[in-house]
Amino acid sequence: MSNELIPSKDGALERAAQESIPVSNTGPATLGKQSQGFGVTFATMFKKVNTEQYPEEKVPTAPRFHGRHQLNRYPDGLERCIGCELCAWACPADAIYVEGASNTEDGRFSPGERFGRVYQINYLRCIFCGLCIEACPTRALTMTNEYELADDGREKLIYEKQDLLAPLMPGMVAPPHAMFPGTNDGDYYRGEVTTAHPSQGEQV
Amino acid sequence: MTLTNNEVATNVEMITLTIDGFEVAVPKGTLIIRAAEMLGIQVPRFCDHPLLDPVGACRQCLVDVEINGRAFPKPQASCTMPVENGMVVKTQLTSPVAAKAQQGVMELLLINHPLDCPVCDKGGECPLQNQAMSTGRGESRFTGVKRTFPKPINISSQVLLDRERCVLCARCTRFSDQISGDPFITLNERGALQQVGIYEKEPFESYFSGNTIQICPVGALTGAAYRFRSRPFDLVSTPSVCEHCASGCALRTDVRRGVVLRRLAGDDAEVNEEWNCDKGRWAFQYATSKNRLTTPLVRVDGRLVPTSWPDALATAAAMLEGKRSAVLTGGRLTVEDAYAYQKFARTVLGTNDIDFRARSASEEERAFLGQIAGTSTSYADIDAAGHVVLVAFEPEEESPIVFLRLRRNVLSHNLTVSTIAPFRSAGSKKLNATVIKGDEVAALSGVQLDEHSVILVGERAARTPGLYTAVLEASKKSGAKVGWVPRRAGERGALEAGALGNLLPGGRPVSDPSARVDLASAWDSSSLPAEIGRTSDEIIMAASEGTLISLVVAGVDIDDLPVDARAALQKAFVVSFEIRESSVTEFADVVFPVAAVVEKSGTFVNWEGRARSFDRVLDDVSKFSDARVLSMLAKEMKRPLGFGDTTSAGRELHALGSWDGARVSAPTASPKSVDQGGNAQLISWRMLLDLGSLQEDEPHLAGTARKAVARISTGTAQKHGISSAIKISGEAGVITLPVEITEMQDDLVWIPENSINSQIRSLGKSGRITIGAAS
Repeated sequence: MSNELIPSKDGALERAAQESIPVSNTGPATLGKQSQGFGVTFATMFKKVNTEQYPEEKVPTAPRFHGRHQLNRYPDGLERCIGCELCAWACPADAIYVEGASNTEDGRFSPGERFGRVYQINYLRCIFCGLCIEACPTRALTMTNEYELADDGREKLIYEKQDLLAPLMPGMVAPPHAMFPGTNDGDYYRGEVTTAHPSQGEQV
Repeated sequence: MTLTNNEVATNVEMITLTIDGFEVAVPKGTLIIRAAEMLGIQVPRFCDHPLLDPVGACRQCLVDVEINGRAFPKPQASCTMPVENGMVVKTQLTSPVAAKAQQGVMELLLINHPLDCPVCDKGGECPLQNQAMSTGRGESRFTGVKRTFPKPINISSQVLLDRERCVLCARCTRFSDQISGDPFITLNERGALQQVGIYEKEPFESYFSGNTIQICPVGALTGAAYRFRSRPFDLVSTPSVCEHCASGCALRTDVRRGVVLRRLAGDDAEVNEEWNCDKGRWAFQYATSKNRLTTPLVRVDGRLVPTSWPDALATAAAMLEGKRSAVLTGGRLTVEDAYAYQKFARTVLGTNDIDFRARSASEEERAFLGQIAGTSTSYADIDAAGHVVLVAFEPEEESPIVFLRLRRNVLSHNLTVSTIAPFRSAGSKKLNATVIKGDEVAALSGVQLDEHSVILVGERAARTPGLYTAVLEASKKSGAKVGWVPRRAGERGALEAGALGNLLPGGRPVSDPSARVDLASAWDSSSLPAEIGRTSDEIIMAASEGTLISLVVAGVDIDDLPVDARAALQKAFVVSFEIRESSVTEFADVVFPVAAVVEKSGTFVNWEGRARSFDRVLDDVSKFSDARVLSMLAKEMKRPLGFGDTTSAGRELHALGSWDGARVSAPTASPKSVDQGGNAQLISWRMLLDLGSLQEDEPHLAGTARKAVARISTGTAQKHGISSAIKISGEAGVITLPVEITEMQDDLVWIPENSINSQIRSLGKSGRITIGAAS
């Protein structure tokens, strides 16, 4: 290969060798031109300000903003998560870790046979793509609009099950407790359980 | 199916057929589905399994078949139809008719299959899921109500049945019927209500039940121990080898985040085929039990306190330096670790006092083992045999894969099995064995043998003087092959490594000066001790008398020893190598924690003499193998072993090779009656599932152990007035058990050796018992 650089266009070497390029418009612009420019400045003074006063004022996100996850509950307080790990499987960033376990008669956390005993989301890894939400077969996992996820320690950004579980709404009973009398897991999945029964425990 | 080169080369008749346009020649009798596999064409299937007889139950493998230009009017099941010359087969890849037929079958199978894949343990590794994706319809057209059953039901404490998920392929029932011989499950009812059921009076207590879970193509059978534990994508799988018995099964160990979650039978056509026993599959929690040792311990003022490695090594070195010492290794070591122990004994401690036999053992057995070391009788010999004689060996309880191999040959080509045993056990029934009762030595001399016979002798032969001698004589006279099947996985390896008082590595006799010189030069040592070492009983005796000052004890349960070792251990300095606190720990002066099998690499040698190497499963750098700790200790004592880990120890042993010089002379013990007095004689063996220390923390597995019963004859029962329960009194304790009247000789009592309510160790060591009726 040649060591010489070969200009791609004719005359390029000559132009590069010039010390300065002559400016064609000498002297100030005309008054008309100047007022046209300041007109932009003046008009902007009367426009709505775009700056958001975060964190003093918090502006709501778009309704479908992908924020922190939430593990939902059925209306009687039982957890929706069945520990199936499909969210972990779907996750492209390997941010979710789940361990399932068996519901027992004395320790029931979800309808059916299985519940999520360990549920962790690592927000250092999560890219908020929402594939986990699509994968969830029981709508247990959804995303909230919460976006304030900064913290000062790496371990604090691994959210455990208790950090992710939805709060108990009025009428719910904190698990573990039995299913609504006379129902089975199918009734829960079909949305036929709408409230807690007094036999399930003390309501919030 | 795997075809070795041999089989192809010697095959008499080949059939040529065309599958999807490819011409292929296969041995006569091959099924179409196998012939397609050889071309790499996967026909979907559920019921078909290469080791089970064809049944054509699921109809998923339908293909279009044409013979000599005449097509079958309908697609045919490729798993039941053998190939023919000139056959033209079109699978779903080339025939729209076959593809449509398979889709139709899949749709029908899915009609009653629940949509509970997210909670099903099979999800992610399920043939039904996979094949529904590959050859099923994308959308269901079924809008009716699915048939449901209550779920899950326990068909045993470790096998759970979910009948909704079953596709009625009958793999489990065929396995139970054709392979294990425990027909405890069956298909009940007909039509839409057909389901797998159990005999209510006989629970599914098979030793091989885990295999039905592994071969179930859907999630209908799942294991209680692995229930909801993980998903296949979580698991890192490592090929490994079973550490329980001497069968030498290949396993697959699945690990999630440094925790072993399950083990599956590996695929090794020459050894365990695709099966294993429930102990090998489910007994692995011992390595993570609460009493696991993590730091070295040293006894200070009568108490064991945790200490550093350098301190423990220095303390142990001071205890062993210049003192007469002996080594007890136990039968659970890998061959590399056993090699390290015997080299430590011979070069560092300067003694041949080493014995791997933590059980009934005799001088006669050592001479017998001198003949066995380096030889090989294999599973292939069982396949080729016309007659197998079992001597002091109960294969179903003591080496289950040998049992499966025997049973396969009994069913497939009329192998005759004779067993010299006190009564007809459940395993003997399944082998259709001829039971020869009475004096074992006399019984053996009466058995017809020829060069196609195999004698399988168990370690319990050491309890009968003259039996090993008789086995070798019978083999010499008839040309029958002899296989020695010990119960523990490490015994054969320890024998090959020379962890025995009369044998050096590779079967070299200690008594042969040229063998000692050969080894000394290989070890770069000036000389090796010439005196034949003590046996384990003699070591214990010498320690209690004070002749031996220090003992190095590896994985030994002192209750397994035929003599009471407590006084000896109390008196001697004891350096213990253990993975967990054991009965030796309370007597130990220094305790070194060592790696469990999953934490180290190594090799077990199975009963055939076949090396079964395995790699480390868990990467835990804080755990050291026995060989590594011994090399550190030897270095501390200024006489290094010359290797630092199991790999280099194994390399050194391999380089030594086997010995082609003179062998230890054959045993010449004469039979003598062993009458301990008392009013009956106690006989026993260990059950596969019992109170063994490697089965701790396994409640589901323990649930399928056979219930302990005592067996006596009608005559004995009448003589002592025993009807339903028996009381057996020894000098140290009493065992009370329900009685099962069995056809056997009078004045004999059989009880399991180490089962719940039946621990022979509690009776005392003398073996003298008195029996009577229990209230």
